[in-house]
Amino acid sequence: MADERKLAYVMAFNEAVKQQMEVDSSVFCAGEDIGAFGGVFGTFGGLQAKFGADRVVDTPISEQAIVGLGVGAAVTGLRPIVDLMFMDFICVALDQIVNQAAKLKYMFGGDAVLPLTITTAGGGGLSAAAQHSQSLEALLCHIPGLKVVMPSNPYDMKGLMTACIQENNPTVMIKHKRLLGMTGHVPEESYSIPLGKGNIVRPGKDVTIVAYARMSNEALIAAEELAKDGIDCEIIDPRTLQPLDTDLIISSVKKTNHAVVVHEAVRFGGLGGEIASQIQELAFDYLDAPVTRIGAPFSPVPFSPALEQHYIPDSKTIVQGIRDVMARV
Amino acid sequence: MDLPVHVQLDLHRRMVRIRLFEEAAGRLAESNRLPGFLHLYVGEEAVAAGVCGALNDDDHITSTHRGHGHLVAKGGDFNRMMAELMGKATGYCKGKGGSMHISDTSLGMLGANGIVGAGSPIAVGAAFANRYRGRGQVAVAFFGDGSTNIGAFHEAANMACALHLPIVFACENNEYGEFTPRDKTMAITDIVDRAAGYGMPGVIVDGMDVIAVHEAAVEAVERARSGGGPSLIEAKTYRFYNHHGVQNLGLKYRSDDEVAMWKQRDPIFTLEDRMIENKAATRDQFDAIWAELRAGIEAAIAFADESPYPTPDQITVGVYTSMSGAS
Repeated sequence: MADERKLAYVMAFNEAVKQQMEVDSSVFCAGEDIGAFGGVFGTFGGLQAKFGADRVVDTPISEQAIVGLGVGAAVTGLRPIVDLMFMDFICVALDQIVNQAAKLKYMFGGDAVLPLTITTAGGGGLSAAAQHSQSLEALLCHIPGLKVVMPSNPYDMKGLMTACIQENNPTVMIKHKRLLGMTGHVPEESYSIPLGKGNIVRPGKDVTIVAYARMSNEALIAAEELAKDGIDCEIIDPRTLQPLDTDLIISSVKKTNHAVVVHEAVRFGGLGGEIASQIQELAFDYLDAPVTRIGAPFSPVPFSPALEQHYIPDSKTIVQGIRDVMARV
Repeated sequence: MDLPVHVQLDLHRRMVRIRLFEEAAGRLAESNRLPGFLHLYVGEEAVAAGVCGALNDDDHITSTHRGHGHLVAKGGDFNRMMAELMGKATGYCKGKGGSMHISDTSLGMLGANGIVGAGSPIAVGAAFANRYRGRGQVAVAFFGDGSTNIGAFHEAANMACALHLPIVFACENNEYGEFTPRDKTMAITDIVDRAAGYGMPGVIVDGMDVIAVHEAAVEAVERARSGGGPSLIEAKTYRFYNHHGVQNLGLKYRSDDEVAMWKQRDPIFTLEDRMIENKAATRDQFDAIWAELRAGIEAAIAFADESPYPTPDQITVGVYTSMSGAS
């Protein structure tokens, strides 16, 4: 019998951390408000009570030192999980992420292992405005040495977070704030999803939609709408953005001959540009239309719900984008 | 001088090794045989030697852009160091890091660092891990006076104290942040004044006196090892050469008199004179030590010269562990 237990995305994260802390004493967590308070989104709830203040550590509001704590502890043999409350705050810690965590083992001639997981919460939709809503994954994917993970559902969250903790390279696990309450089937036993393996969320034959995090779910809604018009969408959720499962994307495009890339991040310079480039380099002869990118306009994330709802792409934007692509045939 | 003679000789040996390595690197750089930037430690030897002489082999240190001295003092191998400075495949970092990233994790040396101030948070992490494992190891963050003006230092110092970690902050105050004198960049004279702001003890030592540095380091390391938390040591020192290289593009930012005054306080010769005066050692003994170590540096240069360069297929090797990296 299949385990039909349902769990929220936030608790899937929590359960992955808990299970890895149970089996591996070198795993510890550190970050702002994660101890007694359990994290501002409850992601670390109950962990300090279970594992103690030495393993679930409340830190000062010092993002550079939080990541540095993780780098130093990882390079000397522990398996740290360090939390940056909001993804926007990675900017405060960029030296430790980009110049230290990502490069140490390379600069040391390969003579270092950094089993470090940096967790953070990205994405908009909460009227949290320009400094608490960003999607900065493209910036991280550009840095050799990092792995970047963005789960779109509770099942993937648990499996990917488990993989991040077990990974011997620095990873950035980006939770989406609007998905924290999303529930879905999550097995109780520990399992991992390999980093760098995408997922065919919905098989289809007419157009490939590459979409990750919350946009993957919006693409599903769009696909149901388009199915009424006889457009059969195949949705690829890469799940890990660095390394990217290019093979899965290319094999899908070779079948559907159309591709649309969707992300919540600003369109210009976003990961959609990289994915579109890979598609045209590797599947140019299969394309019946230019690859389209759907993303946010070139502005900071606005505060007012009246603005933000039009800023972040949604199923309607995706439907329109796909209709435009298909109309070009 | 209460230190046993063998300890004094150990500190002397560490300093001479640093001096010889750095002088050799300087000569190679001047004859264009070293690629890239070179930040020499000459003049500051007493700090690395005095502190590392107080550490166990499995204690950790983080370093700075001026990092060769720290690695030598922690036991670094001349051959692999010189090969790395030349960008050779046999170097400590296989030619991927160079002078500014030289490291040996097996010696607990967690890397020179091209980013001013960035080593201190990493030392905090090492200190955290050391306490977590409970094996009694400590961590030392070496840093310059200039880096106490960057946020990373303050975050690291505060977090270390808030978490009461086994760490020593070892400041090499050489009075210049690159080319700018300290009094133009901070309103205090002594870096140690910052220690109180985080709730840790701090002490000023003569950074040209290896015995003084060592005694302060022993006390701070013992405090850390026994659960007494962080401390800060400010060693007043001076770099005999320039911020970068030996001639430093001919830039003039320090007076000849000032440089000459500090050179009269050379940490190695000062120690030798004292030990001879105290009949703890003889000139012949020191001459033999210099000759022995000088032979080692000549051998290292030959080793590095003869070593192969890394091949282009190595560019993407080591970006990820057990993975060749993104295309």
